Amino acid sequence: MTANRAELSARARAERRLGWALCAPAVIVILAVTGYPVGYAVYLSLHRYDLRFPADSEFVGLANYATVLTSSLWWQALAVTVIIAVISVTIQFVLGLTLALAMHRALIGRGLIRTVILIPYGIVTVVAAFGWRYAWTPDTGYLSGLFGDAAPLTSQVHGIAVIILAEVWKTTPFMALLLLAGLALVPEDLLRAAKVDGATAWQRLTRVILPLMKPAILVALLFRVLDAFRIFDSIYVLTAGAYDTRSVSILGYDNLFTALNLGVGSSLSVLIFLVVALVAFVFVKGFGAAAPGGEGHR
Amino acid sequence: MGALVLAAVLALGACGGSGGGGGGRGPVRLTWYVYNESSGSFAKAAADCSAASNGRYTIGVNMLPNDSDGQRQQLVRRLAAEDSSMDILTLDVTWTAEFAEAGWTVPFPAAEARRLTDGMLPAAVRTGTWENQLHAVPLNTNVQLLWYRKDLVPRPPRTWDEMLADARRLAEQGKPHYVEVQGAQYEGYTVLFNSLVASAGGQILNEDGSQVVLGAPARKAVEAIRALAHSPAADPSWSNQREDDNRLAFETGSAAFQLNYPFIYPSARQNNPKLAERIGWAQWPTLVPGQPSHSTIGGYNLAIGAHSRHRAEAATAIECLTSRDNQIRDAIDGGLPPTIEDLYTDQEFIDGGYPFASAIYTALRNAGVRPRTPAYQSVSLQIAHTLSPPSSASLGRLTELRGAIADAIESKGLVP
Repeated sequence: MTANRAELSARARAERRLGWALCAPAVIVILAVTGYPVGYAVYLSLHRYDLRFPADSEFVGLANYATVLTSSLWWQALAVTVIIAVISVTIQFVLGLTLALAMHRALIGRGLIRTVILIPYGIVTVVAAFGWRYAWTPDTGYLSGLFGDAAPLTSQVHGIAVIILAEVWKTTPFMALLLLAGLALVPEDLLRAAKVDGATAWQRLTRVILPLMKPAILVALLFRVLDAFRIFDSIYVLTAGAYDTRSVSILGYDNLFTALNLGVGSSLSVLIFLVVALVAFVFVKGFGAAAPGGEGHR
Repeated sequence: MGALVLAAVLALGACGGSGGGGGGRGPVRLTWYVYNESSGSFAKAAADCSAASNGRYTIGVNMLPNDSDGQRQQLVRRLAAEDSSMDILTLDVTWTAEFAEAGWTVPFPAAEARRLTDGMLPAAVRTGTWENQLHAVPLNTNVQLLWYRKDLVPRPPRTWDEMLADARRLAEQGKPHYVEVQGAQYEGYTVLFNSLVASAGGQILNEDGSQVVLGAPARKAVEAIRALAHSPAADPSWSNQREDDNRLAFETGSAAFQLNYPFIYPSARQNNPKLAERIGWAQWPTLVPGQPSHSTIGGYNLAIGAHSRHRAEAATAIECLTSRDNQIRDAIDGGLPPTIEDLYTDQEFIDGGYPFASAIYTALRNAGVRPRTPAYQSVSLQIAHTLSPPSSASLGRLTELRGAIADAIESKGLVP
């Protein structure tokens, strides 16, 4: 009996070793392609390293972080990024949920409706952004003059509004798709029972559908908030960050690729990485009970 | 796996061998990194020079983006990675200090430099020179003129104020009255500021690029920008306009004036020949009555990449690309002002499609230069950022600008 158990556990150990051996190449490759650049960025962020003054490179400790964190440009870009992320994701969620409910209930042409709704998401972001840019260009654009402002892309408030609009137009379908998958989790019986008990449509939505959809909502919001936080291409095309519409990614790009200041640019990248990690952590901890694969205390 | 490594090693070995000089194995292939000049004169020059080299080299053109920021980023990324295909680089005149200081270009030996730049405008040669060494041979120069509609403005204004007064008068008569000028937040806006500061008798940085100057002429420049922004002369989309937007607005007939480079002339002849006949040109308006204006010198120079394996061939190719014949074609087809000085008095050249040669020549001799520092790009970003949009440029922002430029030349702080 005991011998048998020892044999089993030896076999289990061997299997575990095999498992590790089989995983190892993948782990090594992932570490090489993600770990190395991240590590190198952290290394660079601790140095004065400007491509234009290669001879002046030196270790400066946390000075680059101090430069970034005491700069009004960073805080302004962070505020713009947060505003874009919060407003665009909120609108996307409400619109996406509406679309998802409509798609879920559609009786005829379900496949067609779903395909049509997905078209904006299928368009390359840069292409879509160019479309919006030309639409808002004075004289030639079909939307210019809509708000009376001659050139909406040249003021901060209007510029950000156009960027948010472009984001919403582009990614609402993706949000709708994720939420549609979540809607499939809601059993028909439960809704019928609620109806019999006299729950109004609003009550059915807030008391039955949304709680049951919580895992899908969490995934959708987390994905979208993280994506929105890293927003780059729309802004790059629409305003190139001019007139204080730059996000943190645009700021990082300008400092890395235009100013060629790898030290400061890397510290910006590391800070963006930390903020994104923090957002993800808060999401998973805050709403974590319902995370897919989580414990699920209901 | 082993076979793959072996193949890779063999391939590398083969590359090293062919890079040695290509002796007797066909022409050396040079790569020219240049933007896509719309008339195609650069591509034609590359083909002609390849043919004229008697099999020594062929020039392949590698297209860069059309905006100078995009060009610089692509060049810099490859140069930082020590790309050995970077044989001939097309450098904006403002990059010489930066590229030379970073070790991305090789200076020409003194004797060769003298031969390559013989007969060229001294101002253009200076734009390719850093610390007394020639790093880049002028391919073309550039300077803005005041272009105006002869049917609307019988006598071109000499000063900024006269220009705004003319525009106001035209506006009252309900005629086209805009002054088309670069106002978007980018390099062109910095050029405008630089031209205004220079025309007011000042400069942004001192000669060796170590100190911020600005001062009273900078205040005058800011006041000029404000005056335009708050007058009927300002195009409503001014704060988003670049050179090409200005050209387009002028060609479609909504403007009376345009402060722009001569490329607008061949373009107007092609797109709106009727209007082209009515285009007049004059010196850039000045800020000090009686004194000449100092429009900013621009243009492109050709340099040899620091990691090129074919320096001798590249130097020969550069000599051909910047030759008299090629410069004439660039000028007449593409509107790019030549750097060979005696062309400006060559009647055959002038009659061949360059009627404003003498105006350009005058402007070039009075031209102002942009700050000469390896950190120019950061300085420019700070200027365009701090004074944008034009309607909010104010004297109060100059103090802020002074600090931002001081930080930029020491590569401190963030750039916007």
